[in-house]
Amino acid sequence: MAEEKLSTRHLLGIKDINRNDIELILQTADNFKDVINRPIKKVPALRDITIANIFFENSTRTKLSFELAEKRLSADTINFAASSSSVSKGETLIDTVNNILAMKVDLVVMRHPYAGAGQFLSRHVNAQIVNAGDGAHEHPTQALLDAFSIRQKLGDIEGKKVVIVGDILHSRVAISNILCLQKLGAEVMVCGPTTLIPKHIESLGVKVEHNLIKALNWCDVANMLRIQLERQDIKYFPSQREYAMMYGLNKQILDNLDKEIIVMHPGPINRGVEITSDVADSKQSIILEQVENGVAVRMAVLYLLASQRD
Amino acid sequence: MQKRTLLDGQKFQITIKRLCHQLIENHNDFSNTVLIGIQPRGSYFADRVQNELSQILKKTTIKKGNLDITFFRDDFRRKDGLVAANANTIDFIIEGMNVILIDDVLWTGRTIRSAMDALLAYGRPARVELMVLIDRRFSRHLPIEPDYIGQQVDSLNSQHVKVSWKETEGEDKVILISESIK
Repeated sequence: MAEEKLSTRHLLGIKDINRNDIELILQTADNFKDVINRPIKKVPALRDITIANIFFENSTRTKLSFELAEKRLSADTINFAASSSSVSKGETLIDTVNNILAMKVDLVVMRHPYAGAGQFLSRHVNAQIVNAGDGAHEHPTQALLDAFSIRQKLGDIEGKKVVIVGDILHSRVAISNILCLQKLGAEVMVCGPTTLIPKHIESLGVKVEHNLIKALNWCDVANMLRIQLERQDIKYFPSQREYAMMYGLNKQILDNLDKEIIVMHPGPINRGVEITSDVADSKQSIILEQVENGVAVRMAVLYLLASQRD
Repeated sequence: MQKRTLLDGQKFQITIKRLCHQLIENHNDFSNTVLIGIQPRGSYFADRVQNELSQILKKTTIKKGNLDITFFRDDFRRKDGLVAANANTIDFIIEGMNVILIDDVLWTGRTIRSAMDALLAYGRPARVELMVLIDRRFSRHLPIEPDYIGQQVDSLNSQHVKVSWKETEGEDKVILISESIK
């Protein structure tokens, strides 16, 4: 019986974990995927653990997915949304979290609009932190569930070609995905208008392509990102319509490729912008599998982190 | 380190055969009974029992599954290290069936307690019985006793019982390992 553990106490970003950690999480997620497909979808593993979900930014999928993962592991959960809390009365992040921890919370799942918020918190409070998205920095559980979904569909990630299309500049999903896929041995390309591709992104070892058709012909998997209008302070492209014409994926483009690729999207979808409805609902799309796998992967992350508290 | 053989060779084979005949005595043709091996090492024993029963009864329809108890253990966060989970392979309905839980060694009974919890996630069996190859008696932490026993041994807490299987370790053998006294 193999005894294994993660090399870290927190999950702040894919940058801080190694390939073994990622593989351990994906393997454990296989077991949890089995659990959530049983008649009784719950195990008692985390029954004496309390988890606080602290969301300083809006979220549907990630929040529900974490909450469900926690409940299926039998953890006690408390939820906190910044908009309805004392944060609006001027309380600092450390004070807010320490007050929550005073209620004997073991683990904190946090989404925050500022990059590095999780890192900062992990240095100042005595709890394990899971980053559920920090600004345009990292979104590690999304990258892990994307890797899990690709692995489930293609069998292996090593040597596969993945293109990430869209708003790379404002996307935490893009950075976490690039790091995660590279650590697992995949080749990664980013594709989008020049204004939405960060300068010097080649230094991460990714290819850059501005032509969508060329990028799609190269890849095995296309991950279509949402245009993050809420983070765009200036106009990065003339209109959504023009973006959709240049970088939107439609059924015609998909059918004209000389191979069958897998289409992913981290959600929420702007139907008709980054992908059309017929692509989102097509056989090649694994968008809903990604959501299902998200619960299993988050169960694995919480279980593995919780197992290493003394 | 001292090793004492508890079971090997012909005696090992006779023990397995005897357990199978005891099962047949209570479960007839196994039309309403399934075997569940506890992962990882109970599943080897369950495989062997399934083969033996198939030969005796001359039928190949005896159902056998593997049950993993990792997420149901009661020592999570209470001891160092993490035990990696194994696969669950129960591709039949256990609702209303007689279930024989199978493990190689019964010691404190905590694994069996976890297994009973894990099993109920798959439905409500009519009856659950327990079969073990080795029963380390007088060492239980919980009120759990087996229905079918290969061999009972008296052992100390510091000792360790190791079951090897021909399929995985090349030899059918049970040994009792003691740390040598200095």
